[in-house]
Amino acid sequence: MLERLLASARRRGAVEADAFLVEEEELTLQVRLGQVESLRHARERHCSLRIFTETGSASATTSDLSPAALERLVDETLALAAVARRDEHSGLPAPEALARAIPDLDLLDAEGHAPPLEEKIAVARRAEAAALGFGPRVTTSEGAEFWDRRACVAYASSAGFAGGFEASIFAFSVTPVAVQDGEMQRDYWYTGARTLAGLEPPELVGEIAARRALRRLGARKLETQEVPVVFDPETAASLVRTLTIAATGPSLYRGASFLVGKLGERIATPAVTIIDDALMPNGLGSRPFDGEGVASRRVVLVDRGVLASYLLDTYSARKLGLAATGHAMREPGGGVGVGHTNLYLVPGPHSPEEIIASVDRGLYVTELIGFGVNFVTGDYSRGAVGLWIENGELAYPVEEITIAGNLLKMLQDVELVGNDLTFRDQSAAPTLKIARMTVAGH
Amino acid sequence: MTTALAHPDRFFSDRYGLTPSRLEGLLGTAVGGRVDYADLFLEYQIAEELVLEEGVVKKASRDISQGAGVRTQADVRTGYAYTGDLAIENLELAARQARVIADQAGRAGVMAVRAESRPHDLYPVAEPPVDAPLQGKVDLLHRVDALARGQDPRVRQVIASLLSEEQVILIATSEGWQIGDIRPLTRLQIRVIVEENGRRELGGFGGGGRVPFDFFLEQERWAHYTREATRQALLNLRAIEAPAGTLTVVLGPGWPGVLLHEAIGHGLEGDFNRKGVSAFTGRLGQKVASELVTVVDDGTIPNRRGSLNVDDEGTPTGRTVLIEQGILRGYMQDRLNARLMGMAPTGNGRRESFAHPPMPRMTNTFMLPGGDDPEEIVRSVPYGLYAVTFGGGQVDITSGKFVFSASEAYLIEGGRITAPVKGATLIGSGPEVLTRVSRVGHDLRLDEGVGTCGKDGQSVPVGVGLPTIRIDGITVGGTQV
Repeated sequence: MLERLLASARRRGAVEADAFLVEEEELTLQVRLGQVESLRHARERHCSLRIFTETGSASATTSDLSPAALERLVDETLALAAVARRDEHSGLPAPEALARAIPDLDLLDAEGHAPPLEEKIAVARRAEAAALGFGPRVTTSEGAEFWDRRACVAYASSAGFAGGFEASIFAFSVTPVAVQDGEMQRDYWYTGARTLAGLEPPELVGEIAARRALRRLGARKLETQEVPVVFDPETAASLVRTLTIAATGPSLYRGASFLVGKLGERIATPAVTIIDDALMPNGLGSRPFDGEGVASRRVVLVDRGVLASYLLDTYSARKLGLAATGHAMREPGGGVGVGHTNLYLVPGPHSPEEIIASVDRGLYVTELIGFGVNFVTGDYSRGAVGLWIENGELAYPVEEITIAGNLLKMLQDVELVGNDLTFRDQSAAPTLKIARMTVAGH
Repeated sequence: MTTALAHPDRFFSDRYGLTPSRLEGLLGTAVGGRVDYADLFLEYQIAEELVLEEGVVKKASRDISQGAGVRTQADVRTGYAYTGDLAIENLELAARQARVIADQAGRAGVMAVRAESRPHDLYPVAEPPVDAPLQGKVDLLHRVDALARGQDPRVRQVIASLLSEEQVILIATSEGWQIGDIRPLTRLQIRVIVEENGRRELGGFGGGGRVPFDFFLEQERWAHYTREATRQALLNLRAIEAPAGTLTVVLGPGWPGVLLHEAIGHGLEGDFNRKGVSAFTGRLGQKVASELVTVVDDGTIPNRRGSLNVDDEGTPTGRTVLIEQGILRGYMQDRLNARLMGMAPTGNGRRESFAHPPMPRMTNTFMLPGGDDPEEIVRSVPYGLYAVTFGGGQVDITSGKFVFSASEAYLIEGGRITAPVKGATLIGSGPEVLTRVSRVGHDLRLDEGVGTCGKDGQSVPVGVGLPTIRIDGITVGGTQV
């Protein structure tokens, strides 16, 4: 089907073209207080076409895959291409950049999708029951959710690429609510994997979720001050993702990133090494090739403090005079964006306990909220939830505070990196200590 | 193409053979005698995006999606199945899948489906924005670029995007009625990057609504957006570090209404209150704000981004008073949560697309004007922050803590607006922050029409609004201690 679509596009004036077909089957179920509250099934397909004419380029997507609709897709894409302009850098990847073989990254667990619905409901029920049963102060729950998806991706381009792969994802989470003296706090915990068997036990996930909600009870506000800030693995991973957005090709050639012109420069302390590895077997972000058929690889973004690579698709790579890194991601309208795959901060030698013990008075951050990041300047200001550290120990929970700084300065202030790296998502990091940030409160 | 579509029901019956009797049959499959309620949501959507950068339109894309969601309800349980293929066999499969949830006795049968007419006609447009000629859109983006670059030599990059959408929907229910809507939506957004002595800064502005493309040309709105984006970027070049700590804050009119959306809006959505997990649970009739504060959610304002003729469950939208002179008066409801709480649906059942079940969501949320002069409000503050433009926000529904991030703000010193400060996140507690509102201006303004709200992975267009207000104490997340 894709080959026919490409042929039709070329017959009608496209110089180059590529097309994607994605078929997905998804199940989401929610259990609350032991009862199944919602169940959602879906089967979906969509097809994206991108074309390059002599003068322009455009893309379009449709979920109607009838022959007539696919002909309309070609028409509409050509009409759009008539008003958009291409330049000398646009176009498909060079043949030598394309994936030659499709590595088997162990992304599909066909058997994992087979068990009956009741078993999946039972997993969510067990996770929620473990959270609710953890203690009398865990009084209610926003529910537990089980989710699985099976996707089949096919990609073909007029550059001579045709390939595809299948992938599974399984995940569940639970969100308990804890109450004490009229104060109400919720938190959650989750597990995700490419195989059903790779998920953590429901009881463990439920118990961790309950502990996380309980440790927030009795939260206080802080005085405004400058102190060391320790990011737990979840918030440290968020920090790494934020940094990585600034390292994506489009934001660099537009001058919209604080990392412009910093390739090869020291941007962080030597404790910081960040890797994006698209080829990790079983990885939740793994894929054998990117959104343009470029071969996947392991990329060192920051090498002992030195910015060693950007994340690039074909166009942004050519604009910047570099080679594509295999990070093209297709957007809903069929256009190309850039994103990470399996992103992580390489662990250091310190245990999390050791890192907390190194802080006399400071903040341990467990959740960040809001969008207070300016990628052009690196200015960073976000709402935070966590625990106050006193004399090297976690003393009491804190909330309604912000942490602020500048990402470049924060990277230079990374003092300690933990040894507690665990992959439970497409990005991961160990505990991380930053020497000094502004904490705003009273 | 879609201008002839005065009737969404005819659209789905002509194009896909989904006649009222077919829909009735599908609802019958979904109900199967064992659920309380079932509905079908048919959708056809076109989204076209043009993006200009480096002086040329580089990106042009069009996404056409169509599909149907079948929902069944039995007590608190919801079954939802959707398909991206409107062929009748797939709809039947979805209806059978949705029924799986109904493993306990219910009571509904299917009534003969008859068409109802729309209660409002809030966004009649002669030419839907998706049908406006491409060349005119491209020309507009080029004018934006030329104007921004001509304004100041420090302008380095102009990124302008124009989004044009049209959503045709049809809802049919087991209660025997169906209703449709055609919803145009468009948005022009401009980002300008300036550079001076190696320092780069960003400014952004935009607008839109359920309006035709010509909206941007009328009153030269496009030029206003462009000048604002450039002015903000240049202003940021001389912004100083923002203060850190609890300060008196004056919020300007319009977009700062995102405060209401985060601080109280989400906490007043029916689902969180039905589950008892909102910081506002059980507080109807209690004082949650100063008596100067009245807040409404109104989905019926003509042509606004957050407005709807009917919500995504077919309930007519309305105006819901959330807080009246400081007293909590109402929640925003979809059908399920309204029924479970013994309340009336308020026309707030919304969904991103056919792929998502509806839930209570905001439409246009704003505070009614007070009697104070905005300039006098600023003069009343010895030291504080004056914030006029914000980026996004977020809230923890259960603890009530919320944030929203200022992108244009100034210090107030001795009652005068002085230095611009860098963007900073403001954090507060939803049930408390409005009790500290000590002045409310007479200058209510709604935002320009660019807001999108995310909840549980679903995005929907929304509006906010605010008059100038003074808050006696909120934590400002700057760096200057």
